[in-house]
Amino acid sequence: MAKQYETVIGLEVHIELATKTKIFCGCSTEFGGAPNSHTCPVCTGMPGSLPVLNKQVVEYAMAIGLATNCKITQVCKFDRKNYFYPDNPQNYQISQLYLPIARDGYVEIETGNGKKKVRIHEMHMEEDAGKLIHDEWDDTSLVDYNRSGVPLVEIVSEPDMRTADEVIAYLEKLRMIVQYLGASDCKLQEGSMRADVNLSVREVGSETFGTRTEMKNLNSFKAIAHAIEGERQRQIELLEEGKEVIQETRRWDDNKEHSYAMRSKEDAQDYRYFPEPDLVPIVISDEWIARVKAAQPELRSEKLERYKKEFDIPEYDAEIITESKKTADLFEAAAAACGKPKKVANWIMVEVFRLMKETGTEPEDLTFSPENLAKLIDLVDAGTINGTVAKKVFEKIFTDNVDPEKYVEEQGLKTVSDEGALKEVVEQVIAANPKAVEDYKGGKEKALGALMGQTMRAMKGKADPGVVNQMLRDMLK
Amino acid sequence: MADMANKISDETIEYVGILAKLELSEEEKEAAKADMEKMLDYIDTLNELDTAGVEPMSHVFPVSNVFREDVVTNGDNREETLANAPLRKEDSFEVPRTIG
Amino acid sequence: MDILKLTALELGKKIKDKEISVREAAEAAIERAKAAEPELNSFVTLDEEGALAQAEEMQRKIDQGEAAGPLAGVPAAIKDNMCIRGQLTTCSSKILSNFRPTFTAEAVENLQRAGAVILGKTNMDEFAMGSTTETSWYGPTRNPHNTAHVPGGSSGGSCAAVAAEESFYALGSDTGGSIRQPSSFCGVVGMKPTYGTVSRYGLIAYGSSLDQIGPITKDVSDCAAVLEAIASHDAKDSTSIAREDYRFTDALVNDVQGLRIGIPRDYLGDGLDGEVQAAVTEAAKVLEKCGAKVEMFDLGLVKYAIPAYYTIAAAEASSNLERFDGVKYGYRTPDYEGLHDMYKRTRSEGFGPEVKRRIMLGSFVLSSGYYDAYYLKALRVKALIKQAFDRAFEKYDVILGPAAPTTAPELGKSLSDPIKMYLGDIYTISVNLAGLPGISIPVGRDGKGLPVGMQLIGNVFQEKTLFRAAYTYECATEKQYEGPAEFGREFGKEARQ
Repeated sequence: MAKQYETVIGLEVHIELATKTKIFCGCSTEFGGAPNSHTCPVCTGMPGSLPVLNKQVVEYAMAIGLATNCKITQVCKFDRKNYFYPDNPQNYQISQLYLPIARDGYVEIETGNGKKKVRIHEMHMEEDAGKLIHDEWDDTSLVDYNRSGVPLVEIVSEPDMRTADEVIAYLEKLRMIVQYLGASDCKLQEGSMRADVNLSVREVGSETFGTRTEMKNLNSFKAIAHAIEGERQRQIELLEEGKEVIQETRRWDDNKEHSYAMRSKEDAQDYRYFPEPDLVPIVISDEWIARVKAAQPELRSEKLERYKKEFDIPEYDAEIITESKKTADLFEAAAAACGKPKKVANWIMVEVFRLMKETGTEPEDLTFSPENLAKLIDLVDAGTINGTVAKKVFEKIFTDNVDPEKYVEEQGLKTVSDEGALKEVVEQVIAANPKAVEDYKGGKEKALGALMGQTMRAMKGKADPGVVNQMLRDMLK
Repeated sequence: MADMANKISDETIEYVGILAKLELSEEEKEAAKADMEKMLDYIDTLNELDTAGVEPMSHVFPVSNVFREDVVTNGDNREETLANAPLRKEDSFEVPRTIG
Repeated sequence: MDILKLTALELGKKIKDKEISVREAAEAAIERAKAAEPELNSFVTLDEEGALAQAEEMQRKIDQGEAAGPLAGVPAAIKDNMCIRGQLTTCSSKILSNFRPTFTAEAVENLQRAGAVILGKTNMDEFAMGSTTETSWYGPTRNPHNTAHVPGGSSGGSCAAVAAEESFYALGSDTGGSIRQPSSFCGVVGMKPTYGTVSRYGLIAYGSSLDQIGPITKDVSDCAAVLEAIASHDAKDSTSIAREDYRFTDALVNDVQGLRIGIPRDYLGDGLDGEVQAAVTEAAKVLEKCGAKVEMFDLGLVKYAIPAYYTIAAAEASSNLERFDGVKYGYRTPDYEGLHDMYKRTRSEGFGPEVKRRIMLGSFVLSSGYYDAYYLKALRVKALIKQAFDRAFEKYDVILGPAAPTTAPELGKSLSDPIKMYLGDIYTISVNLAGLPGISIPVGRDGKGLPVGMQLIGNVFQEKTLFRAAYTYECATEKQYEGPAEFGREFGKEARQ
């Protein structure tokens, strides 16, 4: 009989913090820019340069630690992690091993079998590496240190997850918490949130863990799910063949949907950590912790409570809208601008989510302004445009953030409700459809609908349906 | 412990060479082995001291919480960053290909 | 008037009084350096053109009242491990033999603000690893008092330059004695300040928790004046300390009445040269006569300082020197196949034997399985050594002893036995481990005419106590700065015979 296997997964999640400057120097963390244009002696490891810690990094890290139920390490220190690689300008990374800023926390996730706690082993602060671009033809790589020194926290979970769904739920939960704190935008595509997956398999019922591998280079939820499934299969096959799983780091290739061992005899994984002598300890007082707690932005649960009190919208809508801070922010801003929270919620629940789904857009990547959505709602309410036209206009707002007032004006989309302007069209429709006219006069109310449709089509949807309806009835009396 | 002479194997010298990214000639390796054995014997004299309960001291002074504010102070420094590059391609440092 | 005989403060005064122009002073130093360099090799870079340009600029500032400090216009030399923007900064290593920093070290900027004219960059042991200045890729520096002997190290170039009157003063750096020991060997005054007093920003690191920049001068007054100029609280160096009082020259007072001086018995034991011991004991008597209370005591743990130091310094150095890899600056090997080969060849060709020795040791003591046994053990011993000093400073204001067990050894006699060489640092090293200030002042010569230095060690932040004691000694012995005996046109010739 085939053996049953259980997958055991732990995650190392790297999150780039939303500071304006790097962790140890005054260079901008702005994304993009010409290679090496956001660099200085400190973040390029120039001889004689020294790091000075960005206070905001500590505060963001504390906030994330507190929001994930961790204990803050009140005397914490930085250590050096030594390894040679060109994206690492000093050939050591300033990180934390012995006294990380937060430990022993958890987050709660929803699973198929109800709520589950995923424990957090520790969370530490560290600097990001630069970027390597590989030249296909030259057999060389190019080094850009713009990302070097961008602050990261690494959140290390316990091996508490068993399925890809749980992993995704955990990541989504972390992302939501961190976004709510404003500590990071957590964009997987741009690499501001990255996950390394530690995975092992064991026979169901076994008390001990199997040998685990670590998978890197996972930059979408899809890649993570595929990598987990692929690695689980690979390990089970090895065990079934009587072979051993080797503890190693593997690199996921998303195009080939396959992972490769990153071993090399030149990479002894011996990081020779020791306390960073160029930085002094961080002593975190109870008062400081209290200050960070007090300064924390509203978290999701608090937001939900407030929505219930403040806005007359369905609880289900409130839950969906607050799942991402970005959509919640959009909702609140648009509601404030037009004063119609119920209608705003409706637009977000229907049109915004429809277009996000169709275009594969993540909430973080929404670019339209809440003011434009508010204006659109006002235009509908004022009868300036009708519902069908509004949906079309919103598509333009969604993609190009057009100003709906200008757009409607320029495109001539205003509803025509002037009887004089409509009369000619209605007369033509009546003249061209004697059968329908006869049916209506004969008592078939339905026939009026067909005439309505014809008129609206002739008006390219811009006519006021109420006015058209009344005119038809009057003219067919 | 102090009277136990340290023996450094070829493998250890090889391994430390990988960590330190140093390639030693056979002659240098032998010298490094002898040097390291002597130094470690010497360092082992520290074991004569009872340090139980003594906190390792990395910083001499109890200075803590030295921070900078999160304010951008640096502009586009790429010319200076690249000024000493042994090999430069446009605005990047050029190195031998890092992955296959 | 022989300009070269003047101390930095004397020269500064004459420049201020318009008796000597800045250019005259710079030219005098450069001429002397040009004559002496073929024999001494104190400088890696002697920047004649730059120095004369600075002299013009400084004269203008002095004339317009923009530079009025006591050191304005006085030429100085800088150890070649401190960055100066645009100027070759090599650490006397092949691996940095083409490196021009894009910024200037804070200590050097402070000095420039005080009106210094920088003559050039001085030779040193490669990456400050050594006690003789023989490990320099640019060849050894020789002792001006006898060119068959080393100047000490690692700040040997700076000390030799001051001793030979090539510069009026210099900056050095001290990780385990690298200012005090060569100052002793060269007959000049050198101080390692309390850790954190002078910014390390722009100092190319050897052992970050131990490194300090300090002055090397002809006398104690200059030493206090230069420290006053370079010390500052620097926001760019997280380990920099805001001192309450930077007015070190206020301590130049001829009075040690009631000063409690302790001489560690452990400093006068095995390995101490008889002539050195005699000269230092004599100097202690001078201070006693001036009213200080001098007694012997047991400091303890002295012999453990060296193994603890070499563990910590080598570990930090192995990490600090990882950045030299042929990617961003410095030397890159011309021939390589692939990344790791490039790293290995660049570093193996770029570093000298002593540097490689310490990198190997440092990488080993930090490696998996050895960290606790070696590195943490050394940090615990460091804590014990600090405690021993704390106890001593409950009883004494100053600890007095030799700066080194011997006078300067002959060239070529030290590098073959590293441990023996490391033992030469026995009196200076624990001062770095405990972060204390220490000063070396000349107190006589041995039978061969080589200088002997006395070291005074103070409690943390007590530089002023050291200056007071050292100044009182100078006054009592009516010591005037004296250049090397055979210094002259036939420079060094006699010594080599």
